[in-house]
Order: sequence, then C-alpha cells, then structure tokens
Amino acid sequence: MNTRTKFLWIYYACIVNYIPNHIPFMNILVCISHVPDTTAKINFTADGKTLDPNGIQFVINPYDEFGLTKALHLKEAYGGTITVINVGLAETEPTLRKALAIGGDKAVRINVNPEDAITVAKELKSHIETNSYDLIICGQESIDYNGQQVPAMIAAMLKLPFANACVGLTINNETAVATSEIDGGHATFQAQLPMIIGGKKGIVEEKDLRIPNMRGIMSARTKPLELLEPSVHDGATKSLNFEKPAPKPAVKMIDAANVDELVRLLHEEAKAI
Amino acid sequence: MSVIVFVEDWNGSFKKASFEATSYAKRWAKMLDTQVIAVTGNSTSYPELHAYGADYIIQTPLAKTGMGIAEQLGQLCTDAQGVVIAGTALGKTIGPALAALYNGSLSTNTISLPLSTNPTEVKRGSFSSKGIETIALNGNLPIISFVPNSIGILEISGNGETDSQEIAGNDLMEITEVNIASGKVALPEAEAVVSAGRGLKGPENWGMIEELADVLGAATACSKPVSDIGWRPHSEHVGQTGIQVNPNLYIAIGISGAIQHLAGVSASKTIVVVNTDAEAPFFKAADYGIVGDAFEVIPKLVDALRAFKTAS
Ligand SMILES: Cc1cc2nc3c(=O)[nH]c(=O)nc-3n(C[C@H](O)[C@H](O)[C@H](O)COP(=O)(O)OP(=O)(O)OC[C@H]3O[C@@H](n4cnc5c(N)ncnc54)[C@H](O)[C@@H]3O)c2cc1C
Ligand SMILES: Nc1ncnc2c1ncn2[C@@H]1O[C@H](COP(=O)(O)O)[C@@H](O)[C@H]1O
Repeated sequence: MNTRTKFLWIYYACIVNYIPNHIPFMNILVCISHVPDTTAKINFTADGKTLDPNGIQFVINPYDEFGLTKALHLKEAYGGTITVINVGLAETEPTLRKALAIGGDKAVRINVNPEDAITVAKELKSHIETNSYDLIICGQESIDYNGQQVPAMIAAMLKLPFANACVGLTINNETAVATSEIDGGHATFQAQLPMIIGGKKGIVEEKDLRIPNMRGIMSARTKPLELLEPSVHDGATKSLNFEKPAPKPAVKMIDAANVDELVRLLHEEAKAI
Repeated sequence: MSVIVFVEDWNGSFKKASFEATSYAKRWAKMLDTQVIAVTGNSTSYPELHAYGADYIIQTPLAKTGMGIAEQLGQLCTDAQGVVIAGTALGKTIGPALAALYNGSLSTNTISLPLSTNPTEVKRGSFSSKGIETIALNGNLPIISFVPNSIGILEISGNGETDSQEIAGNDLMEITEVNIASGKVALPEAEAVVSAGRGLKGPENWGMIEELADVLGAATACSKPVSDIGWRPHSEHVGQTGIQVNPNLYIAIGISGAIQHLAGVSASKTIVVVNTDAEAPFFKAADYGIVGDAFEVIPKLVDALRAFKTAS
C-alpha cells in the first residue's frame, strides 16, 4: 500500500473514532493465467508446433481461482483493492472479465503472447515495481504448460519473500504467516509484506470458491480493464514441438476371485513388485 | 567448465531423487565431455555421491529456503555449462529463482535426458501429461529440473574430490515450524502409490488401504472429492489440481477415473484399477483391472501380497 492511501485511511479511521490494529487496507495483485478447461481434450496442430485451440474452452487457471477467492476473503476482512492481471493477447479478456465478475476490482492485461515464463515474469515484475502491492498472489502452476516458474521468478527478481505450494495464509499487521506443502509435510514461514505466494487449494477450500452471479457479471462489464504495452524481453526457452504420449496397451482384466494372478503379473510381467 | 548438480538432503541423508539428479548430471556431463560438481549442505556420505557420478563435491552450509539456495548456487555457476535440480518441493523454487537471478533458461517437469547439447533440448510433460513438449534452452545457463523417478539411476562413478566453502544466500523470511509426517512415504517421490476414491464410502474404511500401502511400502493418495469432504488430508489429493505422481505402480481403488484425476496419475508406469463398475473410465487408462467390490478384493490382495513377500 502506498503511503498516501495509508495516510488517508488512518485519517478516515480517526474520524470514525476507530483505528483497526491490522492493515486497514490491502492492495492485492492476483496473477491469472488463461488455460484450457480441465475437461478439454488436448490436440496439437498438424505441424506439432502449438496447441490446437479448436473446441477448447478457456478458463481461469484453477490454482488462480483459489488465489482470487483468498484475495476476496482478505479484502472482506481488511478492506482493499484487488487487481487481476494477465500477460496475454486479446483472447484472454473474457477470462479477466470473469475474474472481475467473481470480485476483482480492476483488471490489467499486458499485451504480449506469453511465450516463455521469463518473458511473463519480467512483464509482471515491471508492473509490480511501478505499483505498490502488499501481496502478490499467483497459483502454484498453470495447468497448460505446467511451468511452475513464474511466481518464483518474480520473487527472485524483486527480492521478495516467496511461499510456494502455499496452503495457508494469514495476515496480521504487516506480517504474513504462510504454510507451504513440502515433501512429506508442511513448513510455516513468517515474512514481512509485501510477499508473493504460489497458492493452491487450502489457502481457501473448494466450497469457498465463488461462481459469478448476475450482479457480478453486470458490474464486471463496467469495471476498468487497463491495456498495457509490453516492454518486450527476449525469452530464454523455445518450444519446438508437441506430441501426445504413446497410447496405453489394452487393459488386462483379472477375475476378482483370482488376486494371486494379479500378484503374479505385477511381479513377472510388469516388474512392479 | 562443468555440470552443477544440487544435491538435496533429507534429515541428514540423501533423497533418492538426489542420486537420480547426480546420475542425470553425469550423463549430461559425458555428452559435454566435462565434469560434475555436486553442491550439498550435507557433510557426510560423500562416497555415495561419487558412486552416482559426482567428480567434485562442494559442501556448504545451505540457506533455509529455495530463494536463498538459488542465490548460493548461482555464485558457483559462473562458468557452468548446465545445472541439474530434482523437481522436489524445494527444487521447484530453486530452479526458477536461479534462472531469474542468473539469466538461465529453465526446463521444468523434464522427463528426458538432453536430446542434444547445442542448444540443449529436452522433453517435458505439459498439459498435465496430455502432451509432451520438446523445448530448446537458448539462454547462457541451461537449467534442467526433472520429474523425480522419470529418468532412473545409472551408476557411473566420478572422481573423488571435496571442498568446503561458505557461500552467502539470503532467506528473506523465517521458518517458524516444520512438520513432516514420520514413517510415511512422501507422495511425490513414492515408487508405489495406493489411492482410493469415493467408492470407499467413508473415512472409516481406509484401514485396508493403509494396510495395502504398508505391505507395498507405498504412499497413500486419494481423489479430489475425498479430500474436499475431509475424509483424507488435502496433501493426499492427486490429479491435475493436486499432486502429480509418476510411481512404478499406482493402484486406484473405487476411483472412477475422471479426466482430471487421470491427468495427474497417467504417467505412472503400471496402473491397477479395482472398481465395481466395468464401465468405469479408469479401466481404459489401466494396465490391469479387476471388476469387483473393494471391500472383498482389497483384503484378499493384502493377503496375497503378504504371502508373496514372505515367499520371495
Ligand atoms: C476444475 C476441476 C479440477 C479437478 N481436479 C481433480 C484432481 O486433481 N483430482 C481428482 O481426483 N479429481 C479432480 N476433479 C474431480 C473429478 O472430475 C471427479 O469428480 C473425481 O475425480 C471423482 O472422484 P472419485 O472417482 O473418487 O468419485 P466418483 O466419481 O464418485 O467415483 C467413485 C467410483 O467408485 C466406484 N465404486 C463404488 N463402490 C465401490 C466399491 N465398493 N468397490 C470398488 N469401487 C466402487 C464407482 O463405480 C465409481 O467409479 C476435478 C474437477 C474439476 C471440475
Ligand atoms: N500469462 C500469465 N499472466 C498472468 N499470470 C501468469 C501468467 N502465467 C503464469 N502466471 C501466474 O503464475 C502462476 C504459475 O504459472 P506457471 O509458472 O506458468 O506454471 C499462475 O498460476 C499465475 O498466477
């Protein structure tokens, strides 16, 4: 939060004779990637160069939906503004509008094809540097290219604390307590805001997710969607080709009364035990 | 000139994924005709690292977070030709942080050795295992983060030098608590996984699932609704929006095989499905299937496996 908004808020709080003992106003950025719906059948173009978008419905990345809901919860508790941002071409605007319909206050689109993670991260970094966010919420992973790269890259470039695979987050004054999944367990971190998280289910629960209602959809149409031109960076990786995994051989069915046969096959044929 | 490998340790001993990483680095280094430098916070067990390919070991007190470790690693990479990191929870922060700090080009979710070295090209899983992408790493420091258990281990021993150094790295935040479920196999690295879904009817029925996992030395997992209802912890949820696994053996019990579930488990080498419904979509993705009631089949399977283990 910038000093001026903070000052105005404290001033306001004094007038109403109430000074809350937590951050009174949070400026939150939610980074949204635009991905094929989870039920999509994935096909590639005949030359194998890209995804064939025919018949695919694009949605808010599921991890980012948890992040957006977390932002709504924080705003409801402390007040604040939620900005949703995407680095992408015009086709991603319906996804940003949906994020506004769910409860984002304003949207930003940086107009460049998100060809590799470092390109996306550099664009987001430039935006974050020129705005003062208290919290930057990303998802752990985009379910399209499964990069798991963008949030850690932004955090490294901006030297901000970063909690990956974040399944719990509480904010108290300027301090955040974040819980991350680690291999075989959990770790809890304490950090000063601003910080970045790569969130997943757990920062809010499945049942907390919100479906846009009619009022949300109507108001989303008039909420600001700012278009920014990219600063254009060189990427570091180049996608060459996509193929589909080899199809599985037909399943071998085994009689329910004969589990010994399964054990034999697992040992002798599959060498799995 | 070298290939650098980050060797993660786990309660004082090395993770299997660390040996896989060292072995990966050795095979890459051979293609480049160079040596492997292993970087570790551990101060014992060097012979093991040499056996899997480390030529030179740098031991340093490590920072506590992925961010801090990335900063440390980068300082050792000034003339490295490549970096290898296992895609563990920690590795997933180190890779991108290193790439961002030191101008690297990173492939995450990698499932192959380098196909070529100039430029470095590898295959990686994308679209939640529905696609395999080949990418070229064009930056000056290629970094490969691979899916544990997807490459395998080859023992090619390295030379045997070690060195201790102090390298600076900032954590930017404080770790206040670490909880590791003791005695349980960690899911992302497990070689066998026993997973159950809504077909089990209630949390009280997981005893036989744990027994089966126990006999196999497997980790336990579940479908998403099972963790959403609270029958099992979220950390067991596998699939497109949960943990992605690729064990040698995945046994799915009372799981229908929805596309989102398959997306996170279909990379498993052998899949066994037990379901009462012969039409359950999971059978199409399985290697072995049993149409039957889990409450009858699983106890029998536990007995059969126990008998097999005692006999062998
Ligand atoms: C955005 C999104 C993301 C999702 N991500 C994931 C994900 O990551 N992972 C995931 O798992 N799901 C995910 N899902 C949910 C997914 O679509 C399915 O709803 C879910 O996988 C079904 O779980 P299930 O198979 O346990 O339950 P069900 O579909 O209810 O299947 C239960 C199965 O048990 C069988 N059965 C019943 N009784 C017995 C018995 N006695 N013995 C043996 N078999 C029996 C039934 O025949 C049936 O096939 C996602 C959904 C969405 C919309
Ligand atoms: N093009 C993008 N625009 C905005 N945010 C993105 C974009 N790509 C990735 N992100 C964010 O970074 C997270 C991890 O993405 P990835 O590194 O692509 O797996 C996502 O969940 C988003 O929060």
